[in-house]
Formats: sequence, structure tokens, C-alpha cells
Amino acid sequence: MEKMPKWADVVLIPLISLLLAALLSALVILAIGESPVEAVNLMITGALGSTYGWGYTLYYATNFMFTGLAVAVAFHARMFNIGGEGQAMLGGLGVAMVCLYVPWPHWSIALLAACAASMLFGAAWAAIPAYLQAKRGSHIVITTIMFNFIAAAFLNYMLVNVMRPKGSMDPATARFPEAVHLPTLHELLAPIGINFSKAAPANISLLVAIFACFVVWALIWRTRLGYEIRAYGHSETGAVYAGISPVRITIVAMLISGALAGLMATNNVMGEAERLVLNSTEGAGFIGIAVALMGRSHPFGVFLAAILFGFLYQGGAELALWTSIPRELIVVIQALVILFTGALDNMVRMPLEKLFLGLRKGVE
Amino acid sequence: MTLMKSLMGAAAAVALTAGAALAEPALIFDLGGKFDKSFNEAAFNGAKRWADQTGKSYREIELQSEAQREQALRRFAEAGANPIITMGFGMADPLSTVAPDYPDTKFVVIDVTWLDAPNLRQVGFAEHEGSYLVGMMAAMASKSGTVGFIGGMDVPLIRHFGCGYAQGAKAVNPDINVVANMTGTTPAAWNDPVKGSELTKAQISQGADVVYAAAGGTGVGVLQTAADEGILSIGVDSNQNHLHPGKVLTSMLKRVDVAVYDAMKAGDEVETGVFTMGLAQEGVGVAMDDNNAELVTEEMSSAVDKARQDIIDGNISVVSYYENDSCPALQF
Repeated sequence: MEKMPKWADVVLIPLISLLLAALLSALVILAIGESPVEAVNLMITGALGSTYGWGYTLYYATNFMFTGLAVAVAFHARMFNIGGEGQAMLGGLGVAMVCLYVPWPHWSIALLAACAASMLFGAAWAAIPAYLQAKRGSHIVITTIMFNFIAAAFLNYMLVNVMRPKGSMDPATARFPEAVHLPTLHELLAPIGINFSKAAPANISLLVAIFACFVVWALIWRTRLGYEIRAYGHSETGAVYAGISPVRITIVAMLISGALAGLMATNNVMGEAERLVLNSTEGAGFIGIAVALMGRSHPFGVFLAAILFGFLYQGGAELALWTSIPRELIVVIQALVILFTGALDNMVRMPLEKLFLGLRKGVE
Repeated sequence: MTLMKSLMGAAAAVALTAGAALAEPALIFDLGGKFDKSFNEAAFNGAKRWADQTGKSYREIELQSEAQREQALRRFAEAGANPIITMGFGMADPLSTVAPDYPDTKFVVIDVTWLDAPNLRQVGFAEHEGSYLVGMMAAMASKSGTVGFIGGMDVPLIRHFGCGYAQGAKAVNPDINVVANMTGTTPAAWNDPVKGSELTKAQISQGADVVYAAAGGTGVGVLQTAADEGILSIGVDSNQNHLHPGKVLTSMLKRVDVAVYDAMKAGDEVETGVFTMGLAQEGVGVAMDDNNAELVTEEMSSAVDKARQDIIDGNISVVSYYENDSCPALQF
């Protein structure tokens, strides 16, 4: 018997966690002498009050959808992929190579190729930790997190020594050619009469992300492979007894996870920056963990949580621009949300379960 | 009709003044951070001087990562800030796409001179000329015959500093040994005082007894270690003589503060184009004050004064690293 109704699990717990995080954040803002009401106002108008704000919120949300899905898929096989950051970086390298070294006639073909390249590079980066986990038993948490550092150092080398245009001082690649520029929401929505902000970076890869959400849902709940992944995640011994190979599932789940993280590069590298810079991922790989936790590893939950974190990111950037609240404190607010929705889940869940059990007894 | 006209005129006037009231300047600090005691802090000092004198306010943001550059630019431009002052060569590429989107906004960029946009004021400095002068002083102060150079990020700009420095040192003593090291190859090298300190120790072990730090916030570690180990150091960008009085030989001033102050003072009327500030425009120079008065001999100051005049008059030509991406006096 379920301890509490499904709607309480999916809606009530994240909502209460969010309220707690907001309350604590308000106290922090009060403590440095700023007004929490004004801060919230600024965050909401800055992130949702204009098409410009929405454009940035959706741009960040697109990043988090990809990395959130990546973590979610690995979660289903009971693996903790902390390497989303490095896999997304490598995905960026793949996108940059495809966009820079191949003369594409049209962005649509380039986008398909960039998707393939970013998935390939991201998956390749996840393949090594996956192999080490499956065959050698090296813990995936340790190896993936270490691979983030290797990815950063490798990208650093590539940008400084190989891909930096001659005479440029900035460690970044050249701009991608005009032909591979992805249409932004401004261009996509103009034909149907919506005047979306031209300056905002949200672009067609948002649709790719939504499509990816759907594909992951179908994969996990509607295919044999998805069933095997879930079975393995619930009980390894049970899965082995049913003839499911742990090595195969570990490697396949990690490859899918890495490919999804790599796909993020179509948004931040190809859609926004239109060149590869250092730190292009901006921590999205780690935010993906919180997004997957909050979304209960369900693609629809990931979709909603990604938009929430997109709002927090864009709202935070607005706070940094227009108030004297230091950037570090904005990180604290974001961290509080992650802490409450991810790590302190049981703090809200257990009293709620008791409450619902009590209610049920009362009814009976 | 006339009533209509005057009403429209009044409305237009109100709209114009409203626009003018919003147009406060904005300043975007580069990755070294606002209080790097060097490049960015010089900009902050210039902005602060303007704010104190006029009683007006300005917007500012410290960048946390490379990817934020374009968003910060666009956000300030969308909000109507004018002019928008940006620091460092990392802004060159974001500006090249953002500036054309906001033709009514003036952008100012320090350390970039190669872009092409009508609403952009680009300010470069002749760092090699100032570095030449401190190189002369280093060679005259050195007893060991070895002087050091510690750069931040290994980019042509910093080689440009080192190249002027080596030429100045060799002008005084042709046999002098110049040791040069770079902190790193990424922007993190601008803010790594620990590595700066290690490099200083390494250069001391090679015999250097004067080190010149052209490394932003990393230089704080260089100056500290030099003072601890009892050798002389040379600061950069801001006047850093006061950090360790009596132990910093001089500082190569790069008047970023003047460039920022001038831009803010001119407001949205700021003149656009490419401007180079050298010795003649007092854009670069050497810092002389009470803190280093004991270290600078009569001979040094007269030699530096003479060389300054000679460079301005064209009697001495300091070779720029940019000319053919190499330095006649120093191998990197």
C-alpha cells in the first residue's frame, strides 16, 4: 500500500521544500540588510516579466533539461552520474568541430550533425567510467567526477593550443559561420505574430530538449531496454536472475546518459555563444543532479524542475546586476533550493507520510 | 494644430529627458575581480572618482565566468545604460556582436583596438613604453645582473609588457639576464597569487633580485614574496608602491582609471574610435612617491626622465611585440 497519494508525492513535497528554501533565503537576505520582498519582485520581473527574461529563463532551462535527463537515466539504473559537466564540455567540443570544419549549407542539417557529434562525444566521455564501473568495479561517482577535471583540462589544451584562431588572445574558437546559426525563439515565433525579444538566447534546441524528454519517457517506460534498466536499478540480483547482464545495462545506461549531457552543447555552444569558450557549461552538469532529484527522475518532472532552475538562474543574474546582493549570496540561495529539494527530501517526506497515514486511519 | 504640435513637442521633450535620466554609465569588470589591486581596481578607482566628484551613480558587475560576458552586455544595454564600459580583451568578441544590435548605446572597451563598430570607443595603451622605463630602473637597481618578469595569462598583450621591459633592461646593461615566466594559459592566471609566489621563489633561485609582475591579481603574491625574501619588485597597472613600502621599486602605471574616468565624464557623448595612450598622453608611466623615494637614486630618475623624453621625441623606438609577434630582446 502506498503511504500517501501520488499527488502529494509529486506536488506537495517539492512545493513545501521550495517554500522552506524560500523562507531561509529570505532570512539570509534580511541578514545582509536587503529587502526579501524586493528581491523576489526583482527575480520574478527579471526572469518572467518580459520576453527577454523568458528567453533567458528558457535558455537556462534547456541546458538543465538535457543534464537533468542525463542524470535521471543513470538514476534509473541506480547510478549516480556526476560527470554531466565534463560530458557536456566534450559535447561542446564535438559541436565546435562539426560547425567549424564542415561547410554546412543550412542550419537544419548542421543541427542534426551537431546533435550526432555532441551525443557521440558526450557518450564517449561517459564510456570510460562506465567500462571501469562495469568491468573493474571502480565507483562511478568517483570516476565521473574526476573525468570532469580531465575534460576541463583537455578543453583548456584544445582551446589554447589547437582551436584558438591565430592572433586572438582569448582562449576560444572562432565564430561559427553564418550558415549554422540556429533560429532563436524570436525568429521562430515571428511568423505566428508573437514578438519575442531579439536579444534573448533561447533557440530551437528548446524543442530538441522537449523532444528528448519525450524520447526518454518512451525509452524508460515503453521499451524492453527501459524495463531492463529499471529492473537493474531496483534489484541487481533480481535482474541477473532474470537474465539481464549488469555489464551491458551499466554501459548502455551510461552511454545514453552521456549522450544526453553532451546534447546540451547544441544549446549553449551552437545556439547561444556560437563559438566554444572556456567554462561554457557554467555548472549546468551539476544543476542537472538537482533537477533530476526534484523531478523524481521522470522526464515531465525534469521538464518542470528545469524551468524552475532556469528561473532561479536568470533571477539570480538579475539580482547580481541590479542590487548590491553579492553574487556569492545568490549561489547560497540556489544551493538552499538544491539542499531542500534534493538532499533534505526525507525531512519533509516523513512528517507528511505520518500525516497522511493518520488521516487515512481517521477515515477508516 | 498648433496645440497638437506643442503637445507633441512637450511629450517628445519629456521622453528625451526621461531617456537622459536613465542613461547612467555601467562598468563590467573582467574575471580578475574588482579588487585585484591592479587592472580592474584601476577601473574601479576611476569610476569611484567620477562618482565622488559628480555625486552620480553607475552600475557595475563582476563577471564570474566567460559565458556571462554577452548577457551582462545585453542586459545593461537593454536597461538603457550608456556608456557601457568593459574591461579586457575577452570582451572583444562579445562586443563585436552586441554593439551593432544597440546602435544608440556607446560602448567603451579597454585593451582592445582592433574592432570595427561606429558606437565603440576602443582604448589601448602603449604598455611597452612604460615597461621599457621600469626595465631600465630594474637593471640599474639589480646587483646580481639578473632581473625577472612574471606575466599573468600567456597572451600577446603580456608578452608585449615583457618585451618592453627586457628592451629597457638591456638598454642599461646589454649583458643583463632577463628571466621570464607566465602564470598560466587561461584567465584563471589573472588571479592566482599562490602560483605568483612560487614563480617568484623560482626566479630568486635563478639569481633574480628585481621582479616585475604584469599579472593582475597574481601580482599580489609576487610582490608579497619579493618583500618577504628581501628582493625588489615592480608593480603594474595601479600604483602598487604602497603595498610594501620601501620594497617595491616602482609601478608601471597604466592609467586605466583615467580612461574610465574620461569615458564616464563624457557620458553618452563619449567620442568613439580607437585611442592609444602612450607616454606622450601620460597613459603609461612610472610611479614615484614617498613609498619608493629611498629606492630611486638620482641617477635612475634622471635616466628615466631622459628616456621618457627620447621615446616621446622618437629618438628611442621601443619595438612592440605586436609588430611581428616576436621580441628582439627576450625569448618567451
